[in-house]
Amino acid sequence: MANVLVVAEHLDGKLRKVTLPTITFAQQAAALTGGQIYVLVLGSNVDAVAEEASRYGVAKVLYANSPVFENYLAETYAPAIVKAAKEVGATIVCSPASTTGKDVLPRVAAKLDAGMVSDAISVSNDGGLRYRRPLWAGNVLTTVEVTTPVHAITVRTSDFDLPEETAAAPVESFDAGVGADDSVQFVSFDQVKSERPELTDANVVVAGGRGLKSGDNFKMIMDLADTLNGAVGATRAAVDSGYAPNDWQIGQTGKVVAPSLYFAVAISGAIQHLAGMKGSKTIVAINTNPEAPIFQVADYGLVGDAFQLVPELTEKLKQIV
Amino acid sequence: MKILTTVKRVTDPDAKIKIKPDQTGIVTDGVEYRMNSFDEYGVEAAIALKETHGGEVVVVSVGPSEATKEIRTALAMGADRGILVEDAGELDSDAVARVLAEVVRRENPDIIVIGKQAVDSDRNQTGQLLASYLDIPQATFAYSLEVADGWATVGREVDGGTSTKRVKLPAIVTADLRLNEPRYASLPGIMKAKRKPLETLSPADLGVDTASKVRVLKYEAPEERAAGEIVDSVDVLIDRLRNKSKVI
Ligand SMILES: Cc1cc2nc3c(=O)[nH]c(=O)nc-3n(C[C@H](O)[C@H](O)[C@H](O)COP(=O)(O)OP(=O)(O)OC[C@H]3O[C@@H](n4cnc5c(N)ncnc54)[C@H](O)[C@@H]3O)c2cc1C
Ligand SMILES: Nc1ncnc2c1ncn2[C@@H]1O[C@H](COP(=O)(O)O)[C@@H](O)[C@H]1O
Repeated sequence: MANVLVVAEHLDGKLRKVTLPTITFAQQAAALTGGQIYVLVLGSNVDAVAEEASRYGVAKVLYANSPVFENYLAETYAPAIVKAAKEVGATIVCSPASTTGKDVLPRVAAKLDAGMVSDAISVSNDGGLRYRRPLWAGNVLTTVEVTTPVHAITVRTSDFDLPEETAAAPVESFDAGVGADDSVQFVSFDQVKSERPELTDANVVVAGGRGLKSGDNFKMIMDLADTLNGAVGATRAAVDSGYAPNDWQIGQTGKVVAPSLYFAVAISGAIQHLAGMKGSKTIVAINTNPEAPIFQVADYGLVGDAFQLVPELTEKLKQIV
Repeated sequence: MKILTTVKRVTDPDAKIKIKPDQTGIVTDGVEYRMNSFDEYGVEAAIALKETHGGEVVVVSVGPSEATKEIRTALAMGADRGILVEDAGELDSDAVARVLAEVVRRENPDIIVIGKQAVDSDRNQTGQLLASYLDIPQATFAYSLEVADGWATVGREVDGGTSTKRVKLPAIVTADLRLNEPRYASLPGIMKAKRKPLETLSPADLGVDTASKVRVLKYEAPEERAAGEIVDSVDVLIDRLRNKSKVI
């Protein structure tokens, strides 16, 4: 059995969208290994999430409802994932390269004696499975091989399409056999609530940088985003300055996005920022400094003052969209 | 309290990285090296804990003999003692974690605070692997850290917002960039660092085989984006987005 186990993520009773491109990765991997795809859903009330996950061309969904899994903790999720991986005969265990995936999967990998690849952008077969992954803030791509029987992979979801919807696969309850861990306590999750699409699956992203000079000035970024039903992003400098929440950070150490249209407003274009948005289809840069490096990756550049250009752009777009 | 922290010697994050023509690695001639950015935050957090709770900060690096420079930098910032586990190979995070696990078993620190990610290999695995090998709790991507009564309370940067978790010590905390403001090494600090103890070990001394589970077969440069167009008005921009790129 060379099966693939996908660790699903969910929030507010719904499958998180990042799970879907991870399933696409699993399909590509399973096509190469000849194995089947299993999805694991852990939580306290996840029947509906399991149902949702079953409709994307997978063999089976395993779910475990337990008070122990009510709040995500690496210490309790990892042993459950390890057990599921063994039971389904997984040779590949994968998750989105989200903060949860990055947190839990190495913990799983050590227990399965699995080599781990972070941020896979492709899988292929060339005398064995090969994965490609970016490193050095996206300035280098490597092709790697895992030498252990089991592979642990976090998937860079912006590089995989959504899977097709299919008829529902069987959904089965899974006994994770994990009790509470008294060396760890979940305290809180303070969610940034938003009506906007998630950064990682929005078609349009409008991102603002330190050049906006205040959190209040991010309002014009939000107005432009809302006009195009887009998500809002930020640079590390803007987050550090308190203009935007950390959840908006795009880049080497933030989120990686690849929308159809990306606006970089008052952003200089440091490599660490480019690492998170260079894969966007069309990039627009608005910056007062014609020498800003962001213009070297932009399809369209507007040299000028964001405070004047962004509201003008928003007004004119409102007339036509 | 005994605090263990780590430093990785990495290429300068602002250096332009070039790939060797035979695709077996990056060109290292003329490249500057320095302490991994995230480790500056880890070292700062370790020193701050010592300043509050007393104790000792041990700094560990796994790498070539040149990595003594990064260890000395941490000693100059205020760490007390260094350990270099000398290995000039291209180690995966798993090999590093297995080496660190043995160092931890020798040193028995109360808390381990390290960077969340090395900015060269961008893997973000070592702390979590280490926690798993040691079977101790982990609190990754920390933006705040407080220790009291044998527990650490850690604010974490996560998708969708922030989260707070408490871990019983010994535990591993990995530092994100908003955890603190790393101090600079002072001149007296640099002088003092020269006399601080720095032990060199080999992986074999620790009984660790550093064979990697992940092997790199090929290095490539990503495709460059083609140069774009500077437009001179919002109207021209909208026209291009509609009629040329067809994205709105
Ligand atoms: C280890 C590490 C990891 C990092 N990770 C990330 C990451 O994940 N994401 C990230 O973004 N950064 C990251 N950084 C930081 C990165 O190096 C840059 O410092 C940061 O991206 C700069 O943000 P900025 O472009 O908003 O600010 P600045 O570089 O200060 O640029 C501001 C820009 O605004 C322009 N401007 C000013 N006023 C106006 C105006 N009125 N109208 C139009 N334009 C104006 C200026 O010309 C300038 O180009 C990281 C750094 C390190 C060391
Ligand atoms: N060779 C190494 N020597 C010392 N510490 C390391 C080494 N490799 C990784 N680390 C530590 O582990 C953290 C995460 O690295 P990584 O998992 O490789 O991205 C880094 O910030 C370092 O603190």
